[in-house]
Amino acid sequence: MRDTFFLSLLLAALWLAISGVYKPVILMLGGASLLLVVWLSLRMKIVGEEHNPTVFSWRLPLFWLWALVQIIQSNLHVARLVFSPQKISPRIVTVPVPMKSSLGKVVFGNTCTLTPGTVTIGLNREKLVAHALDRQSARALVSGQLAAKIVWLEGSTEKTQ
Amino acid sequence: MPDWLLDVFSGALLLIGGGFGVIGGLGLFRFPDFYTRLHGAGITDTLCAICIVFGLALQSGLSLLTIKLLLILLFLLFPAPTATHALSRAAMFDGVEPELAEDSESLVEHRRESSSNT
Amino acid sequence: MTLVLVITTMAVFSTMALALARALKGPTIYDRIVAVNVFGTKTVLVVALITYITGHADLVDVALVYALINFIAIVTVLKLVKTRDLGSATEEDSPHA
Repeated sequence: MRDTFFLSLLLAALWLAISGVYKPVILMLGGASLLLVVWLSLRMKIVGEEHNPTVFSWRLPLFWLWALVQIIQSNLHVARLVFSPQKISPRIVTVPVPMKSSLGKVVFGNTCTLTPGTVTIGLNREKLVAHALDRQSARALVSGQLAAKIVWLEGSTEKTQ
Repeated sequence: MPDWLLDVFSGALLLIGGGFGVIGGLGLFRFPDFYTRLHGAGITDTLCAICIVFGLALQSGLSLLTIKLLLILLFLLFPAPTATHALSRAAMFDGVEPELAEDSESLVEHRRESSSNT
Repeated sequence: MTLVLVITTMAVFSTMALALARALKGPTIYDRIVAVNVFGTKTVLVVALITYITGHADLVDVALVYALINFIAIVTVLKLVKTRDLGSATEEDSPHA
């Protein structure tokens, strides 16, 4: 119930941001489409973990900032490799997945892919298989730095569940 | 902040974004095999898009246009890893072999295992 | 400022040209799909840039919708390539596997 309410709130905010026309008739159409989407997603049984409002904690902006710094760093590194392609040494790395929730695992895989230099190839309950461009790109992943950061991010949702 | 400074910042971000776009394109073109090319595509999907969108957002200030631009960035950044992961997984199961350095793990033992969807 | 916008647009265009070259060269079908994906996301950026060059604020909606459609298109093409069938529910379902 709480998740459904939060999903509606999110959709309403999205609609208001995209529409830009605030006349009664248009607003009613927006409300109707909102109800339709919420009904459809309830029918598809996809309202769940990721619509939990506690996902949006104060840790999320901090994590995004940290991820942005990581993305810029690894971008610079890969950009350097583009100009000297003979220096690459592509490798497969396997790292354990310490997150408990499936949402945390998905965030782990996606963040790994978002930082250039590492691409998630396989992800299951226990481990993540990634393709890395060279040793330095794989370092954040192998040292467990990225995983630790996401476990920290995950910590905010656990208390309330 | 004075207007000209804002313009300088936004222009710099735009040019950096464009530059990284070209670098990513070059990477996509020059790297030797499919998996390494994904990294080149990754540059254009992340830093290039981030810089250009923030450069444009600086020009319109706090308005509906900026919100829409940030939404575009959101819709570019969230599906991009999913698409890349789907691609690399499909390629792996289809038997596309990566060129690997000598001291690397091999891909063969991972291929048979099923992996969950993002 | 328009000059900077035009230069950036040209830079993004050259990225698209490189992606197109990769799409033509292949060699595997997956290389082509990556290239087309990059081409699509760059199109979104070009449309956003053109919004600012021309000043038509409505164009940004086109970019927004294109960003969404591009993702669906890539997943669809991928599924078509992989299973040779858009209707199959799972990978095991496909007649080709």
